[in-house]
Amino acid sequence: MTLIEILASACLAVGVFFFFAGTVGLLRFPDVHSRLHALTKADNLGLAFIVLGAGIHFGDVMIAAKLALVWFLAVFAAGAAAQLVARAALRTGDEP
Amino acid sequence: MDDVFLLAALGILVSIAGALFRAWRGPTRADRMMSAQLIGTGGVGVAILLAAGRDAPAMLDVALVFALLAAFAALAFVKTATPDGAGDPEADDTEAQDREPAP
Amino acid sequence: MSLVFDIALCALILGVAAMALLGRGLFASLAFFIVYGLLIALAWLSLNAIDVALAEAAIGAGVTGVLLIGAWQALNAQSALDPDPVAHWITRVFAGLGCLAIGGLLALAILAMPGGTGLTTEVIDTQGQLDLGNSVTAVLLGFRAYDTLLESIVLLAALVAVWSLTPQGLWGGIPGPRHRTRPDGVMASFGRLLPPAGLIAGVYLVWAGSDAPGGAFQAGTVLAAAWILAVLAGLQDEPEVTSPLLRAALLIGPALFLLVGAVGAGFGGFLAYPEGFEKPVILAIEYALALSIAATLALLVAGPPRRPGGAR
Repeated sequence: MTLIEILASACLAVGVFFFFAGTVGLLRFPDVHSRLHALTKADNLGLAFIVLGAGIHFGDVMIAAKLALVWFLAVFAAGAAAQLVARAALRTGDEP
Repeated sequence: MDDVFLLAALGILVSIAGALFRAWRGPTRADRMMSAQLIGTGGVGVAILLAAGRDAPAMLDVALVFALLAAFAALAFVKTATPDGAGDPEADDTEAQDREPAP
Repeated sequence: MSLVFDIALCALILGVAAMALLGRGLFASLAFFIVYGLLIALAWLSLNAIDVALAEAAIGAGVTGVLLIGAWQALNAQSALDPDPVAHWITRVFAGLGCLAIGGLLALAILAMPGGTGLTTEVIDTQGQLDLGNSVTAVLLGFRAYDTLLESIVLLAALVAVWSLTPQGLWGGIPGPRHRTRPDGVMASFGRLLPPAGLIAGVYLVWAGSDAPGGAFQAGTVLAAAWILAVLAGLQDEPEVTSPLLRAALLIGPALFLLVGAVGAGFGGFLAYPEGFEKPVILAIEYALALSIAATLALLVAGPPRRPGGAR
C-alpha cells in the first residue's frame, strides 16, 4: 500500500465511523430533538471524510471540485432539513 | 484498494439498516422523516464510494443529483405540519399558539 | 467484495420493500417508499447503468417523495384517510397472484434472452454515425426514437388528465396553494440558494447526455425539482394554466420532435434524421425535451388549478 492509499483508507474509516455514530445517536437518544441533533452533525462529518478519501484516490482537481460541491450541497440540505423538521416536530408534538 | 471503498460502502449500508429500525419504530413522523434524511446522506456516500471503487467518475453525477434533492422530502414533510400545508413552520408561530390538532 | 456489497444491497432493498408493504400506517410506508427509491438508484449504479440510476435518483428519491407527501396531506386535510386500511382478502389474493405472474413472466423473459452481446455491436456502429458518445442516448433517439416521442406525449397526456380534474369555475386558475414563508427564514434561504444550483446541474446533465451519462429526462427532472422548490419556498407562484408561455414550454419538446419526424418522412421515413445533421438535430430535440419534461413534471406535482387566476 502506498502512502496515498493508507491516507485514503484512514479517511474512509473515519467517515464510516461517523456514519455509525449518527445511526447510534438516531437509535439511542431519548427524544425527537436530541435524535435530530445527533444525526445531522455526525452524518455530514462522515460524508466529509468519505469525500476526502475519494478525492485523494481520484487525485484530480476537477473531480475534487465536484466532490466538494456534492458535500456542500449535502451539508446545506441536511442543515436546512434539520432546522425545519425540528420546528415541525415542535408543532405536531408527539403525534405518531 | 478498490475493495477498501466497497468495504466502506458496505459499512454505510449497515448504518442505513440501523436507521431503518428508527424509521420502523417511529414513534413520531419527524423520526421517520429524519431516518429518511440520514439514509439520503448515506446514499450520497455510497454513490461516491462506488464511483471511487469502480473508478467511474461519471457515477459522481448520481451523487450530485442525490445531494441536490436530499432535502426535498423533508421540505414537503414540514409543510404538512402547517395549517393549510402551505406555510413555513418558522413563520406560523403566532397562529400555532392555539396548536392545531395534528391530523 | 463487490459481490458481498451487492448481496447486502439486495437484502436491504427486499427488507425496505417488506417494511413499506407491512406498514405502520400510511406515513411510515411513504417514508420507506422514499428510501426504496434511493436504494433502487444505488442498485442501478452498482449494475453500471448510470443513466438509469440518474433518472431513478431524480424521480424516485426526489420528486416522488414530494408528490406522495402532498397526496397524503391532501387526503388528511379532507379526513379521507382510512386510519387502519385492511383490504378484503380477495383483493389481497388477486394482488399477490398478479405480482407473482408479472414477476414470473419477467424472470422467463430474462432467462429467454439470447446470450452474448445482443445488439451491442449494432448500437456502437450507429453511435458512430450519429456522433454520440453515450450509447443510451443513441438508442433512445436513434434506435427507438418513436418510443421516446410517444413517451414525451404520454407525459403531456397525463398532465391533461390532471388538469381535467379542475373544479368548475377555476379553469384557467393557478395550481396548488400559495406558499408562505418567513422572508429571512431557513426555507426561503434554501429556496433561493438551491434552484440556481439545480438549473446549472440540469443544463449540465442534458449537455453531458450526448457523450456521458445524462440526458433530457434526467435533466428535466432536476429542472422540475428546482421549479418545485422555488414554489414551495414561496418565492415564485405557479403560473396560470392558460399562460401562453407555459403552454409553449410544455409543447416545444414534443412539437419539435414531431416536426423533425414529419420532415424526416420526406427524406425516407418518419423520424429519419437528415443526413449529416444527425447530431445537431438530436441535440436540439434533447434540449427542447428537457424543458418540456421539466414543465410537465413540475405541474404534475402541483396538481389541478385550485385558485382563480388573474389576481396577480
